[in-house]
Formats: sequence, structure tokens, C-alpha cells
Amino acid sequence: MRHIIAVLLENEAGALSRVAGLFSARGYNIESLTVAPTDDPTLSRMTLVTTGNEEIVEQIKKQLNKLIDTVKLLDLTEGPHIEREMMMIKVRAEAGNREELKRLTDIFRAKIIDVTDSSYVVELTGASKKLDAFIDAVPKGLIVEVVRSGPTGIARGEKGLTL
Amino acid sequence: MEPNAVQLSGAEILVQALIDEGVQYVFGYPGGSVLHIYDALFKQDQVKHILVRHEQGATHAADGYARATGKCGVCLVTSGPGATNAVTGIATAYMDSIPLVCITGQVPTPVIGSDAFQEVDTVGITRPCVKHNFLVKDVRDLAVTLRKAFYIATTGRPGPVVVDIPKDVTDPNVKIPYDYPRDLRMRSYHPTDKGHLGQIKKALELMLQAKRPIFYTGGGVVLGEASALLTQLVRLSGFPITSTLMGLGAYPGTDPQFLGMLGMHGTYEANMAMHETDVLIAIGARFDDRVTGKIEHFCPHAKVVHIDVDPSSISKNVRVDVPVVGQVASVLTDLLRLWKEQAPAASAVRPVADWWEKIEAWRRVDCLHYDRASDKIKPQFAVETLYKVTHGDLYLTSDVGQHQMFAAQFYPFEKPRRWINSGGLGTMGFGLPAAVGVQLAFPQAQVACISGDASILMCIQEMATCKQYNLPIKVILLNNGYMGMVRQWQEFFYGSRYSHSYVDALPDFVKLAESFGHVGMRVERPGDLAAAMQEAFAMKDRFVFLDVVVDPTENVYPMIAAGKGQHEMHLPPSLSERELA
Ligand SMILES: Cc1ncc(C[n+]2csc(CCOP(=O)(O)OP(=O)(O)O)c2C)c(N)n1
Repeated sequence: MRHIIAVLLENEAGALSRVAGLFSARGYNIESLTVAPTDDPTLSRMTLVTTGNEEIVEQIKKQLNKLIDTVKLLDLTEGPHIEREMMMIKVRAEAGNREELKRLTDIFRAKIIDVTDSSYVVELTGASKKLDAFIDAVPKGLIVEVVRSGPTGIARGEKGLTL
Repeated sequence: MEPNAVQLSGAEILVQALIDEGVQYVFGYPGGSVLHIYDALFKQDQVKHILVRHEQGATHAADGYARATGKCGVCLVTSGPGATNAVTGIATAYMDSIPLVCITGQVPTPVIGSDAFQEVDTVGITRPCVKHNFLVKDVRDLAVTLRKAFYIATTGRPGPVVVDIPKDVTDPNVKIPYDYPRDLRMRSYHPTDKGHLGQIKKALELMLQAKRPIFYTGGGVVLGEASALLTQLVRLSGFPITSTLMGLGAYPGTDPQFLGMLGMHGTYEANMAMHETDVLIAIGARFDDRVTGKIEHFCPHAKVVHIDVDPSSISKNVRVDVPVVGQVASVLTDLLRLWKEQAPAASAVRPVADWWEKIEAWRRVDCLHYDRASDKIKPQFAVETLYKVTHGDLYLTSDVGQHQMFAAQFYPFEKPRRWINSGGLGTMGFGLPAAVGVQLAFPQAQVACISGDASILMCIQEMATCKQYNLPIKVILLNNGYMGMVRQWQEFFYGSRYSHSYVDALPDFVKLAESFGHVGMRVERPGDLAAAMQEAFAMKDRFVFLDVVVDPTENVYPMIAAGKGQHEMHLPPSLSERELA
């Protein structure tokens, strides 16, 4: 099963490589990993997406918790949560398909953020599946480049993953 | 900060922090990046520096000191090759959860990343084999980082911590106020303490209902100083107990309830009991593959209780029914109290009599049988003789191979911290430098290192350290002319093709020892062995190297081949005709 795990880490040099090293050393799957500082500059928040059976995911969480730099950890998939990923996608937009691409952008509530005679850059935010669907919907051969941030997430409700 | 705090340089801060941590010995080797530190060491006499002859030796010596005392071992090495030489010892400590603080010099901060002379990414190289590591880039962070290093290394599940210190951080000309932070709190690190009472009650329930229970205990009992509590619990319950290689001595090895070591070279009775148990009580043990054999065949009938300080050990290899996460000593204290409250008051009859009958039958198989009438010295006989001559009262360090297994099988330890060997990493070369650390910790104690002719050569240079500090260690070399353990596997699994396992061109160990300024002795006949050992141990102030020529063809039995179940043991060939229970 796919799990989205949020981790608060000490914002120390090397903290990221400890996490990356853990996954490669123990042979865990890692689909994506994003990290950035939080409103508290001493803390980074990392979101990682991994797959594995329940025992493996349990081990992954324990091993992450065991890292000295890990302050707090939450498996978002264990409760109601919101998942968001951001994508910028550059598409060939020539006379024949400009209109169709524009319409697609509207349907997905995406935004065109860069325009030339022959291209658009479309920005789209949503759950990873929505991003996948957009990519699938773009007519074959028009995609020039895809940039995805990797998913991040937050639990629903009033409780926060904070100190 | 105290108003009148002393002004110290980084190097002085380091030394003062070691003093404030109560460090007795630093095992080290100098080099460019740590010269400021060596200068600060020179100017004081509270922390004693022990000069080893190779950085691997420094880490193993610090490790041996830690294993024997329970305190944190400390080593100090220079950047680049000093650090890389230390890696084997750091990994050795990591695999066996030994508290170690390893201080490594680093090139000055302005040139980090420029491939400067003797620069390596020490933090990067050691990351997978430390509990944690630090690079200290600012002298103002040094004291607190050192405090964290000792705190992390010694609490929870212990382990090695590397503190990498660039040379400019120890600059003698940059002085700052020194204030050692005694009360350290880390928001990201909270080692577990007490076990959950509800879980402990569940564990007790299982134990009280068990028909075929067994304790399976490991190095965590030793590390957690829970040996006395374990002994109480085992006696109170009347259950059998087996131990891993790392746990030997936590329960008295000569006690009738003790079934010997389990696992690949464990006893028949221990492995059979594991195979048939209905309630397995694992304490401070980690279900290592050398213990479990093929995991599908491991304890097929058992409900498993697992008491461990490290949550990530629970259900890592084997699914656990009742996990109890906590300090072993604290959990056992609770368990004992509950047992006394609930269990029928110290019933005189063994509650599991049928089970014991079965076990005694397995015991009668005599799985450690060997040819006592041989005209060659059998390695088993050598260990038994060592036991008799030393009255079982040794600190015994070991290298890795057959000699290590024979020692584990034939030298029962009555107390924890007496059997000192590299279990997890299996590091040849560990024994001699580890003995250096042990002998320094206990100058009056009898310390011996059992080794093989291949292993001993891996850190033989430490004989010079032993000379310099007059360490009266006894090396008991079981010299079979082979990498015996490799030869054994090749005999069993590779059609006796002894590919590069013969140690050609061995040195004359007697002369070698003498050239280092020590006493060398050689024994070839069984009849001479006891007297030679007595003579060696009678030399209380000399390092003695006893080269014992043993039967080159002897194998370690019982043996569970890799990938086999724990009940599928090879027994000694001398027994195979006999009917097994
Ligand atoms: C550093 C290292 N290299 C290789 C090995 C693999 N190994 C395990 S046992 C062994 C042979 C040890 O021979 P010896 O020290 O003579 O002991 P014996 O088995 O003969 O008692 C070897 C090579 C190891 N454990 N450690």
C-alpha cells in the first residue's frame, strides 16, 4: 500500500542524507521525498511517499523515528488527510491544439503561466492522481517537459503536526 | 553562562569536556588535524591517552573498555586515513550496540570540500554505521555537541557516535568561555524508559500459561545491566534459558537451567527447545539470522514475547505477539513484581516438569562431544583447559572464527561483561586491541585473548601497545594453520576445495612475541597444555603469547547450515551413529 509519511526534522546539515541513506541501506521503496524549512526555522518538514506491506511500512516508521534528527512523525494515510502535489507541464501549443489545451486547463482548474507562439506552461495542483490524469489527457506527442514537486500533505481537523 | 567562566580554546574545551564526562582513557593516534588536541592533552594529566599502533586498534580498545566496564569508550584519530582506519571498529561497535564516542580530526573548515590533504567526508562515510554523527563547524557548538555525543552514545540502545572536528575549531588562539551543559534535553531524542504495564501483564499471562516456555536472551541484558534481575526471574519461573553469543554471562553459564548458546553453533538442547517451545520470552535479543536459521522454521509453535529497548527491533525479522518496549532492567523489575503477586507462591515443584524431561533427554545427546583421547590438542580441550586453569574467572576477548565458537561453547561465563567478542560484524582483529581496553580498565584482573592464526595477524601491531603500557594480557592462540572457519565451510559446502583458506608462511609466533619484548611459548602436546597455561598465567606482570598447536581438521559442532531450520543440526560425526531423542 502507498503511504504518505510526514516527518518533522531538525533543520541540520545532513538530516536529509540520513533519511535518504536509511532508505537505500535498508532497501525500502521511496517514491518521492520533499523537504523544506517550516515557519520555525530550526525545523524542516519532510513528506515522503513509500509503498510496502504493513510490516515494512511499520519498520520504515520505526527506523525514521529512530533517527536522532527526527522530532515527530505522522503517517498521514492513517487518517483523513489532504494530499497536494504541484506540477508544471510544458506543452507544444501550436495553432491546431491551442484551444483544446486551453479547455483542458480549465477543466482541471489549472493555470497557464507562460505562453509563447508555440508553447504553454501549465501549472496544476492537486492529489497526485489528478496530476496523472492531466498528463494522460494531454494529446499524445504534445508534452515537452513535466516537473512535479512530489506530494506533500496535511491531516484534516484541528490537530497539527507541530512541537 | 557563569559570569566568570574560564576561557578555553577548542582543543582545551575538548579535553575539559572529556574530564567532565569522567573519561579515564582516550585511545588514539595523532596526525595533522588533531595536533592542537594532542597539545592540549599533553598539558594535563587527568585524561590518560593510550597510544595504539593503528586506528582500528584504537576503536577496538575503546570498545573493549566499554564492553568490560559499561562506560563509554573514547577514541581520537586524525582526518583522512585516520578516520577510514577507524571505520571497521566503529561498525563493529555499531553492530553490537556499544557506547563509543569517536573523535575524528577534519581539515580546516575553509578547505572542506576542496579535496584537501587528508580530507575525507567522515560524516558521510560513517553515517550508516553510527548511532549518530556530528560535524562541528563552530567552536561555540563544541561543548554542547560533545555532551550530546556522550548522551546519545550511552542512553537508549547504546551505540557509537562520531564527532568530526575541523582543525580550525581547535585553534589554540581562539578562546571562548567554557560552560559544560550538564542538563541536556533534546527534543528529537527520547530514549524509552519504562515498559507499558499492560503489555507486561500480557507477557506474564502468557508465561504463566506456558507448557513449554523458554527464555532467549541477548546482549541487551548485558548492556542494560539486567543480569541480576534476569537471574532472579529465571530461577523464580523454573523455565529453561538459552542465550545468544552476545548474551553469554548474563545468566550463570554453569547453572542447570542454562541450556547453552543457541543458533548456528548452539547446543542441540537449546535449538530443539527453541523449535518446540510454545512461549518464547526474548529479552534484549534481536532475532539475528545466525540465531533464527531459516525464518520460516523458527519457533513454529511459539507465541513470542519480546522485551527490548529499541522499538525498531520489535517484529523486524520475526512477528512478535507481545512486544514490551522499555529498558530491560525496568521491565524485568515490573515483571518480577507482578510474578510474585500473581504466580502461586514460589512453588517448589518445577511447573513445567514434562518439558524439562524432554530437555534433559536432548541434553543427554551430548552434542558438544569431542575426542578427548586424541594425541593432538583438540581446540575444545584447549578451551576446557583454559577454563580449569583460570577457574572460570577471566575477561576473555576473542577474534572471529572457530576459536570464538569453541570459546563460547566450552568456557561458561558466570558473570556479564566477561566475554568480549565481535558478534554482529564478526571482525577479525578485534580480540587483541579489545583486550588492551579491558586490561586498562581492570589492571588486576586476568585478561586473555583467544585467537586464531589468521585473526591475530590482523591487529598484531597492538603487541607494541601492550609493551608500552605493560599490559599482562595472555594471548591463547589456537593455531590450526588454517582460517579454520572458512576451511570448515569449504569442507562442508564446497567439496573440500580449500580455496585460499590455508595460512601459508605463518610467522614464528614465539619469536614474534619476543621481538615485541614479550614472552612467547609454544605447546604441541595435550599433556603439556595445562602446565603451560599455568606457567603463562603465573607471569602476572608479563604479556604472554601462548601458541597452541591444535588439530587442524577439527570442526565446530553442532552446526545449522545457512538457510536451514534450527532443528536441522549437524551433530559431531562421533555421535551420528547414536540414536537421537
Ligand atoms: C576482517 C574479516 N575478514 C574476513 C572474515 C571472514 N572470516 C571469518 S572466520 C575467518 C577465518 C578465521 O581464521 P582464524 O583466525 O585462524 O580462526 P579459526 O577459525 O581457525 O579458529 C574468516 C577469514 C572476517 N570475519 N573478518
